[in-house]
Amino acid sequence: MEKVSIATIGKYRNLIIGSMLSLLFLSAALISFLWTPFDVTEIDITNKLKTPDQIYWLGTDHFGRDILSMIMVGARTSIAVALVAVGIGIVIGTPLGLLSASRKGGWIDEFIMRGNDLVFAFPSLVIAILITAVFGAGALNAIIAIGIFNIPVFARITRGAALSIWEKEFILAARVAGKSTTRISYEHILPNVMNLLIVQGTIQFSLGILAEAGLSYVGLGAQPPMPSWGRMLADAQTMVSFAPHLALIPGTAIILTVLGLNLMGDGMRDIFDPKLRNTRA
Amino acid sequence: MSLLKIENLSVSINSQRILDNISLDVEKGEITAITGESGSGKSMTAFAVMQLLPNGSFQNGKILLSDLNLPSLTETELCKIRGSQIGMVFQEPMTALNPLKTIGNQVAETVRLHRSVTYFEALEIAKATLNRVELPPENFPLSLYPYQLSGGQRQRVVIAMAIASEPKLLIADEPTTALDVTTQAQILQLLKDLVDDLNMGMIMITHDLAVVNNMANSISIMHKGKIVEKGPAEKIFTEMKHPYTKMLFNASNHKVNLPKQNTNNPLLEVKNLSRDYVLPRTKIFSKPKIVRAVNNVSFTLNKGERLGLVGESGCGKSTLTRALLGLEEIQEGEIRVSGGVVSKNNETSFASKKNMQVVFQDPFGSFNPRHKVSKLISEPLFLDKKIMNKEELNDLLINTLISVGLSADDKNKYIHEFSGGQRQRIAIARALIVKPEIIIFDEAVSALDVSVRAQILDLLANLCKTLNLTYIFISHDLSVVRTITDKVMVMKDGEIVESGETENILTNPTHNYTKKLIEAAPSLPEFC
Amino acid sequence: MLRYTLKRLISLVISLIIASFVIFFVIEIAPGDPASFMLGINAQPETLAALKEELGLNIPKHERYLSWVAGMLSGDFGMSYTYRTPINQMIADRMWVSLPLAVYALLISTLLAFPVGIYAATNRGKGGDITIMGATQLGIAVPNFWFAMIMVLIFAINLRWFSAGGFPGWEKGFFLCLKSLTLPALSLALPQAAILSRVMRSSLLDVLSEDYIRTARAKGLNKRQSLWRHALRNAMIPVLTIIGLQFAFLMAGSIIIEQVFFLPGLGRLVFQAISQRDLIVVESVVMILVFSVIIVNFIVDLSYAAVDPRLRNRV
Repeated sequence: MEKVSIATIGKYRNLIIGSMLSLLFLSAALISFLWTPFDVTEIDITNKLKTPDQIYWLGTDHFGRDILSMIMVGARTSIAVALVAVGIGIVIGTPLGLLSASRKGGWIDEFIMRGNDLVFAFPSLVIAILITAVFGAGALNAIIAIGIFNIPVFARITRGAALSIWEKEFILAARVAGKSTTRISYEHILPNVMNLLIVQGTIQFSLGILAEAGLSYVGLGAQPPMPSWGRMLADAQTMVSFAPHLALIPGTAIILTVLGLNLMGDGMRDIFDPKLRNTRA
Repeated sequence: MSLLKIENLSVSINSQRILDNISLDVEKGEITAITGESGSGKSMTAFAVMQLLPNGSFQNGKILLSDLNLPSLTETELCKIRGSQIGMVFQEPMTALNPLKTIGNQVAETVRLHRSVTYFEALEIAKATLNRVELPPENFPLSLYPYQLSGGQRQRVVIAMAIASEPKLLIADEPTTALDVTTQAQILQLLKDLVDDLNMGMIMITHDLAVVNNMANSISIMHKGKIVEKGPAEKIFTEMKHPYTKMLFNASNHKVNLPKQNTNNPLLEVKNLSRDYVLPRTKIFSKPKIVRAVNNVSFTLNKGERLGLVGESGCGKSTLTRALLGLEEIQEGEIRVSGGVVSKNNETSFASKKNMQVVFQDPFGSFNPRHKVSKLISEPLFLDKKIMNKEELNDLLINTLISVGLSADDKNKYIHEFSGGQRQRIAIARALIVKPEIIIFDEAVSALDVSVRAQILDLLANLCKTLNLTYIFISHDLSVVRTITDKVMVMKDGEIVESGETENILTNPTHNYTKKLIEAAPSLPEFC
Repeated sequence: MLRYTLKRLISLVISLIIASFVIFFVIEIAPGDPASFMLGINAQPETLAALKEELGLNIPKHERYLSWVAGMLSGDFGMSYTYRTPINQMIADRMWVSLPLAVYALLISTLLAFPVGIYAATNRGKGGDITIMGATQLGIAVPNFWFAMIMVLIFAINLRWFSAGGFPGWEKGFFLCLKSLTLPALSLALPQAAILSRVMRSSLLDVLSEDYIRTARAKGLNKRQSLWRHALRNAMIPVLTIIGLQFAFLMAGSIIIEQVFFLPGLGRLVFQAISQRDLIVVESVVMILVFSVIIVNFIVDLSYAAVDPRLRNRV
């Protein structure tokens, strides 16, 4: 019996560790709406650059702001930006992918796929540069830039999976029953690509967090005073030699969140698709 | 001494017993067939002889090739034996070759591995070997890639690789299962000739007893990892000691009694139907090429008639089916059901879809894995405009399930909970639920084991009695068509070359192609 | 092969045309006209009029677009508003930092990922594989610019093996420049290598379960031979796709990494241009970035055909 339970835990190990990490940062973000140990806008020069101690659990920055509080509010920014960006990708990309697959080989399919290729030529940083140059910097830019980049990701993955399902005989059976391609797309295709979309969504979510951090770091994302992990790292850069915790703590927050989401995605894929489990460690 | 002697071999994979204490001899110049239904362990026997068992397997017993005990050899020693002393031919010619290497290179590779020859000498040997398997270098240069060859031609390349080093033993694992009958006949003949010429021993693994009958010198029948009966071919066929052997032979040759049908009431009329496909352009500015997949097909199906449609892959069977079902538009001609036009020149009406239902070949791909049986089989009701209340629908579901031999409880299950045969029953239930005028069976029993196939054929015969079914039965298997249809059409290159009473056509074919098909089909011995 | 190349080439040109179109019109829809945006709200009307004249804002948009494209085709990107120097010269200078950095990183990432991925695939489920999978899982999660900061902290500030940033210029010697690009390239490459080695591993594992690998074993090839002779080339197809995508990430990533190491590359140029509202420079740099990504995708398409004979005869 014991052997079985260990094997079961082993099977869900990725999912358990991943969800716990993700949940940790999600709850930090949610709690920050109600309460943070200190006010993140409160500047207290007398307590600047403190290393972690009993009052400031994760230390303070060069303005004497509490880093734990900033990490909590920063989680909010990162998660919100990444989540909305993934949402944009799914809401626009998935229907495009479904449409494209249902018109395989037709001009609509060709048009959508070529459009996808074109958007892939614009990395989200480049989109952010363009938007910022025109409209000025801000968190909304980051959302749009990462969101646009996510559209072809979801369109392509949906189309790929949908095409293989269109080949199945149960689709022919549905067509014999007189169902339209649109109806088949949402009744038969979508439920069968859902798992894949959830897994990909988790992975894109983690990539979104990395991208948001990068954009904020170069000043194309969230603007002060809105705390964000990328900005904290940008501020830390000049002080890294004498106050390394300023860089280490936000960096660790990013790594743990991204790691958690990736593990969660892998764990879900293992459960949804037992066939793939063997090809992964 | 035997060329290959398997003694008390058992194989387990992840502590599940796959082969149970089997013993087998293969003689020089003889063909030993191993036959049985899926999961009997026949393929695993082949992999055990090759010592290419999957990871996590555990073996016990001896496999003696001449005087070498294969399981006790090291991997390096085995590599010297594989390909040089034992060659192997696989089931799926489409995937058995590396798509990125030329056929010449792939055959020459076997030669280079086992003989000390230069690259160019190896290519010469490859050329000769390909010629031996009837791929002459004039038409099949060494520089061809696998994708440029048909399935049968690819299988010849695989055979060439297996025999390039003139092995003592050739293992063929369902070598013709994926091929058409005429190609199958050629490949089987080739294998037979090679065994004679090279004086090889051969293990032939197949589920098809007719193939066994035409090929084997001795036969082993496997069931659940055990050899239940073995012996010289003549003896096995006459004696049949083991009940499983009898069951297998009877099921392979299963006959059903269809009720007589002698109305003359045209239900489906197809007149001069043609269907074109536009091929992708081969040059950027060339005109797209048009291929006529179905050409000028006409036939009439009377009420209660059971019509067979036979032909090899690519003959237009599937295209015709799709056109009949209204899934594809037709370019010329018309389709009438009960006198009303449903499809005509690039137009289809939904009426055809309500009057016709279909049962597909693949018991695994025909159902949405995320829907329950109740939803799966009620899908064709979608177009039925008369709205049923919940109870009526429930009664209909249950009655339909019972009519195909399933139980009422099955409606709340998902498809993965059923076996292949049960799934085909569900597919039939899905077709029956709208009480269609016509059902199309598209290779509906081809993927099933013979014992399950016999049960499904019985079910069809029964349904013919109770429901007076009218159907079109598409199959490549002439023996099945013979028992389950009254009339048959033979199709080749998009055209119907011959049609008439099934029994009549299959005993006295007039068209050359029909003769060729009948001749190519392997047959069971007369007495069973 | 020729037809395949030709078709890719046509689609390359179409992509470039549409991309230039998109970039031009995004910049054009800037609130107000570019001139007043570039000068800010306190601009004198005379200066504004002069700039409008200089930027050619008085001629119709489509003519301006055509002359912009025609200019780029002849290597003339116009004049920077802020620096009053030809943009092509500015870009060329910066390009010689950004492009070598991206290529250097791509090389490191590929050279690292191939052996690691192959090793993990061939030792699947064993200790080495599990360790590698764990390490790559972590590697994917690390933001490259943060990794860069940590490397600066360790190798430049503490160990003093490298300088913390800056670029000497190619005229000062190849190896000196290579050295100053090493930390930036490493910090770009390692997270990418983590992704690439995972792709390599799973692609190889897929191929190793194919029927033709079984055929190869039945011929008498041992595991290692069937891997090198049959599996590797087949596994390259998805890996090439990822390498192509990675180049886009590396070009963009190098812009961020340049900020960490104070490298005078395209990144610095574009961020300066944004803060100085030098839209013409932004437009040109973005076009160059997108151009390089499209070119790399074209090269990847061609290498598919080099690997896969089935593609060569397709249109």
